[in-house]
This record gives sequence, structure tokens and C-alpha cells, in this order.
Amino acid sequence: MSIWEYANPKKFIATTTPLVPWVMGISISCLVVGLVWGFFFTPDDFRQGSTVKIIYLHVPAALMAINAWFMMLIASLIWLVRRHHVSALAARAAAPIGMVMTVIALITGAIWGQPMWGTWWAWDPRLTSFLILFLFYLGYMALWEAIEDSDTAADLTSVLCLVGSVFAVLSRYAVQFWNQGLHQGTSVPVATGERSVSDVFFVPLLVCMIGFGLLFLALVLMRTATEVRARRIKALEARMR
Amino acid sequence: MIALLKRDLVLAVRAGGGFGLGLSFFLIVIVLVPFGVGPEAEILTRIAPGIVWVAALLAALLSLDRIFALDFEDGSLPLLATSPLPMEGVALIKGIAHWITTGLPLTLVAPVLGFLLHLEPSAFGWLLASLALGTPALSMIGTFGAALTVGVRRGGLLMSLLVLPLYVPTLIFGAEAVARGAAGLGGLTPLLMVAVITLASFALLPFAASAALKINLR
Repeated sequence: MSIWEYANPKKFIATTTPLVPWVMGISISCLVVGLVWGFFFTPDDFRQGSTVKIIYLHVPAALMAINAWFMMLIASLIWLVRRHHVSALAARAAAPIGMVMTVIALITGAIWGQPMWGTWWAWDPRLTSFLILFLFYLGYMALWEAIEDSDTAADLTSVLCLVGSVFAVLSRYAVQFWNQGLHQGTSVPVATGERSVSDVFFVPLLVCMIGFGLLFLALVLMRTATEVRARRIKALEARMR
Repeated sequence: MIALLKRDLVLAVRAGGGFGLGLSFFLIVIVLVPFGVGPEAEILTRIAPGIVWVAALLAALLSLDRIFALDFEDGSLPLLATSPLPMEGVALIKGIAHWITTGLPLTLVAPVLGFLLHLEPSAFGWLLASLALGTPALSMIGTFGAALTVGVRRGGLLMSLLVLPLYVPTLIFGAEAVARGAAGLGGLTPLLMVAVITLASFALLPFAASAALKINLR
């Protein structure tokens, strides 16, 4: 038994198809519970009033936007090293989801920033690096679309993902150097475990984060299966010609 | 390798090579800026470092698709791939040739254009240094982008989309070095960061570019 067995597309689809409704169901119930709890059953913040409640969308979306790229990086590496097609297709499937998460984080951030900072947009390091991340997603997806041969496209996008990751991290620190911003630092540092968010807000936030994570997983599994089937149809069409 | 470098330089300088094109583009962008923002000297002084850097970046971008596309079309790229020269060396030489034909002239004329934009006198040295150190990185990153998109027909626009986000750190540190120099703060820290990016891209990106080329030539 090894995890690489699931790199077989047939086995992958057979295993994940029954899983998807469950993951999706748990994700949706987490989101419903977390959002309803967050929106209606938490007190208003002392300073920020009710605007604080957008945190339940903003933070999980931002979290997934970064982790989606991280997942694409790992999937690209697996493709380059072990040549499992499912891995390349999973990276391809994750890109649009990550891009949408980035957009959600940017838009909810703007809506939150308007009442709090008095501006929709500021050239703050965090905001700017998210905009750059968005551009990376666009470029990655455009390269996938532009190349006809699917193996070449998978190879080239993987190389781009590796190089892009280095430059994305570099940009992150470059913009920090360039401008000190409005955005606060992280309130939920994983490494130290010291939170500046009260449990009243944190518990529903955690539920939302889990919901977003599972939503991402379900969508990636669905989209990967779709890509595998699309690839099969292409192969069948080529054979019939 | 030297022969390849010579060949690329000769091709670039001869007619149709677009040697002067990037330079003229650089000039025109700089000339257009005052029309857009107005001729007040204070504003121009304030934005000059950024404008010169952005213009240099766009001028470098303009000639990137020539790096591999012409060789790919006339079939000399597969020949280079089968020659005893390693593909990494080819990518490195192509990057250096691109820098000599665009980055170096850009750096040399930049101070003249700095006068046009009323750049602070104290910043000229910083401008020259940051461009001299930064434009090689632009060429090498661009070589990688060109290698990625060499198989795509009319891939120029796609390449801009891929390469411009990769230019962000170089641009930030380069422009910051000049801006700090203009403010009299001493721009050594960002200048060193530019140098880091240049050295690292010359050390690592030829491998990525050659991997992309090999995939495209498969």
C-alpha cells in the first residue's frame, strides 16, 4: 500500500468520487455553522463595531489563497519528479480556485478597509503582495491555456510554478521593504500559539477556516476528476480519427 | 560560447536586429511622462527614479521575444541544442547578449534622461549603479520567460504577463535605491539587494531556462 497507487487516474476517480459529497457536505455545514455563528451570535467588536464580522470570509479566503499556491507547488514537484499525470492535473485544477480565493480576500479586504482605514485600497505590503499573487495565478493559467500539447504544458507550468514561488516569496519581502502598511500583523500565529483574537471570535473563525479548507479540497478533487475525464475524451477522439 | 555571443551581438546590431529600438522606446517613454503628469519640476523630481526604472523595465521587455523566437523559427535553436555546448550555457549567453544590447545602453543613457526629469543631482550615481546592477537581472529573468513561451505562436503578450510579475522585486529595490539616494539617505541596502537578485538569477535561472527550452524542443 502506498499513496502513489492513487496516482492511477482510474483508482483516483474511483476513490475520490464517493468522497466528494462527504467532503462537500462537511464543508458546507462548517461554513453555515461558522458564518451564522459569526454573523449573528458573536458580539460586536469594541472598536470596529459590526465590521469585524467580515473576518469570517476574509481570513479563511486569504489562508486558502496562499495554501492553494503551495499545493500547486507540491503537485508540480510531484509531476516533475514522478511524472504522475493526476498530479499535474490537480495543479491545473487548483489554480482557478486559488485565484478566486485571492479575489475574495482582496474584495472583502477592500470592503473591510473602507470603514476602518477610510480607503478601499492602500499600497500596503500585504495588499500588494496579494495583488502580485493574483498576477501569478493569471500568468500560470494563461500558460496552461496557451500550449496545446498537454505534457509540454504541464512541464512548462510546473517550471513556472517553481520559479514563480521563489519570486513570489521575494516579492513578499520586497514590498515589506518598500512600504510599511496599514494592515495588522497576523492575529493567529500558528507557530507560537499566542492569539490576539478573543475566543469568542476565534472559535467560529476556526470553523470557517476548516470549512474553506474542505471546500477547496472538494473543489480540487472534483475539478481534477473533470480534467482526467476531459483528457480521456481527448484521447478517445484522437483514436477515432 | 564566445562565438555564440559574437553571433548574437552581430545579429542584434545589424539591420532588423532591433538594437536601437529598445533605446528609442526608453527615450520616448521618458519624454511622454511629462506630457502626462505636467511639466512642474518638483513632481518630476519626485517621480523620476520610479519612471526611469519602469521605462527601463519596459524597454527590456520589448526585445525579449527576439531572444529565442528568431532562432526557433529558422531552426538554429535545435542546432544549438544538439551542439556540444550545454543548454544552460546557451541560455546564459543569450541572457548576456540581451543585456549587452539593451541593458548596457539603457544604463549609459539613463543619466541623460535623468536630466530631462530633473532628477536630484545626488541621485545620478545611484541611478547608474542600480541600473548597472539591476538590468542584468531583467535580462536573465526575461530569458527564462522567453524560453518558457518560445513554442507559443505570438507569445509576446503571454510572455509579458509571465515576466512582469517576476520583475517586481528587482524594480522595487532598484527604484528604492535611487529614491533613497535622491533623498540623501544612502541607498546601499536596496542596491545590495539588487545585486543579490542579479547574482542569484544568473546562478540559477539558466538552469530553469534550459529546462524550459528542452521541454519546448522535445
